[in-house]
Amino acid sequence: MLAFIIQRLLQSILVMIAVGFIAFSLFNFVGDPVSLMLPPEATAADRDEVRKSLGLDEPFYVQFAKFVGNALQGNFGISLRLGRPVSQLLIERLPATLELSMIAASLALLIGIPMGVYTALKRDSWVSKLILTISLVGVSLPSFLIGIFLILIFAVWLGWLPSFGRGDTVKLGFWTTGFLTLSGLKALILPSITLGLFQMTLILRLVRSEMLEVLRTDYIKFARARGLTNNAVHFGHALKNTLVPVITIAGLQLGGIIAFAIITETVFQWPGMGLLFIQAVQFADIPVMAAYLCLIGFIFVLINLIVDMLYYAVDPRLRVERSGGGH
Amino acid sequence: MQDTMKRFFDGDVWWSFKHNPLVIAAAITALICVLGAAFAPWLSPHNPFDLKTINLLDAFTPPAWVTNGKSQFVLGTDDQGRDVLSTIMHGSRITLLVGICAVMLSMLIGITLGLVSGYIGGKLDAFIMRVADIQLSFPAILIALLIDGVARVAVGKEYHDQIAVYVLIFAIAASGWVQYARTVRGSTLVERNKEYVQAARVIGRSPLAIMFSHVLPNVTGPVLVLATLHVGTAILTEATLSFLGVGVPPTQPSLGTLIRIGNDFLFSGEWWITVFPGIALVVLVLSINLLGDWLRDALNPKLR
Repeated sequence: MLAFIIQRLLQSILVMIAVGFIAFSLFNFVGDPVSLMLPPEATAADRDEVRKSLGLDEPFYVQFAKFVGNALQGNFGISLRLGRPVSQLLIERLPATLELSMIAASLALLIGIPMGVYTALKRDSWVSKLILTISLVGVSLPSFLIGIFLILIFAVWLGWLPSFGRGDTVKLGFWTTGFLTLSGLKALILPSITLGLFQMTLILRLVRSEMLEVLRTDYIKFARARGLTNNAVHFGHALKNTLVPVITIAGLQLGGIIAFAIITETVFQWPGMGLLFIQAVQFADIPVMAAYLCLIGFIFVLINLIVDMLYYAVDPRLRVERSGGGH
Repeated sequence: MQDTMKRFFDGDVWWSFKHNPLVIAAAITALICVLGAAFAPWLSPHNPFDLKTINLLDAFTPPAWVTNGKSQFVLGTDDQGRDVLSTIMHGSRITLLVGICAVMLSMLIGITLGLVSGYIGGKLDAFIMRVADIQLSFPAILIALLIDGVARVAVGKEYHDQIAVYVLIFAIAASGWVQYARTVRGSTLVERNKEYVQAARVIGRSPLAIMFSHVLPNVTGPVLVLATLHVGTAILTEATLSFLGVGVPPTQPSLGTLIRIGNDFLFSGEWWITVFPGIALVVLVLSINLLGDWLRDALNPKLR
């Protein structure tokens, strides 16, 4: 167990170093920060001065060490486009993205799991077939298109819900929340549906296929043979075993939701980190790109680590296979 | 040849195709989309890129069945007076081109790495699979976005517009190779211990020849299913990137670019500029996904 944890931790650190290195190369080799920061008519002396002030005249490994040191303290420099510290920009926008992602994830789980169970238990009913067909449409619809259609129907044609921004927000310390005002809650509806729909269809289909597989196993047949009620068999025995892989995937999807928020935030002009990132890509604002990359990398590595550990703790088969050695 | 044809038409796959009306409909729809896109320059009612035939006075014409619609522009016109149906047909061309090329490049990378990884094994295998693990923990769209963003910064705006399509193909391909590599590696590990591979080794064929002419034909089945489903995903990735403004430039619009352009006019009431390219994208991807789903089930004996 301990060896497994250490191995995973080491791997996570390795991934973070790789991500950091990519971010650093982005910073130093891909874009020339000096020419990005100066007007085109700057003299060579101006250039040298900026180069020195940014520490670009130092050897490569010193620069990388400095970069890592700064990154660990949350210092990613100053946004080229907005002229403000990147860490400050990210912290300002973190609440918007996290609130949106949380609501989307809850929607996906609370609707996806029951519908998945239903479609597995009532395989041949027309409601199941309808749900499955719609879910296939959900997988095939790109999320930006869902967002556009929702805006067209509910904002442009019906005029019920706002189509961009967060509405009014309340400041709680450094955290700004949209949960406490009516316009904030209304502004959350369309973006969270847009963001959650894909994950919901994914979870629905996963729960269904896992459940169907479990229902075929011998211990379910045995449970039926013992004369247990349908409810006890379905929810006491089958659903429990179904949820193991579902937890894993749902955990991994949480990272996916935060990444996919880039698209939703662009459609709804939602003032979160994703919108900041896409604007940074368009304007070649490298400090912001690098910082976002590191932050997302960190969130992903953390989620993966937690999911790995959970999986290891929940599924005893994994332990047996590993101690079997050599495979 | 005739024999294989006969075997195919007598086989389970064809039988399940014939008895599944939804799949037949999907196949026909996909075929129409692909043909319409491939022959767009000859089939489309107008040439949206020929400046001589475009009249700015025709701009924002609604679809033909709406009041003020004109019969020569069935689905209306966009802000520059281009016929929406024609831009959709030309746009699908670029979308399909990028999608299919990306999948082929992805297969090439993935199959090669998977074969090498599975057949040679050892440290190389561990390294390739570790990279695959790491990449798989990040969503494909993020990786494609990153590659595209880096290319944009690296080569400069003007030059980037010229090579945007290639960058996009590479970005999507690089974000999708892992699945192929894993699948091929898995099958290769099984195949490498079989007698025919040992026989080939005994008669002194080189590892490269064994990998590509003996092992490869025996591991392609699952790869084909993956590829069909991947075309749908690749098309969606392309459309998403273009919609975000980091894909193909507006001078050669894909479906995603068209939706992006139309999105600016959503609030002024010109919905058709966005909605029709959007519907075209959904119909295309949905029919491909239906075919992929069916193929996966038809080739999987467990589900019968």
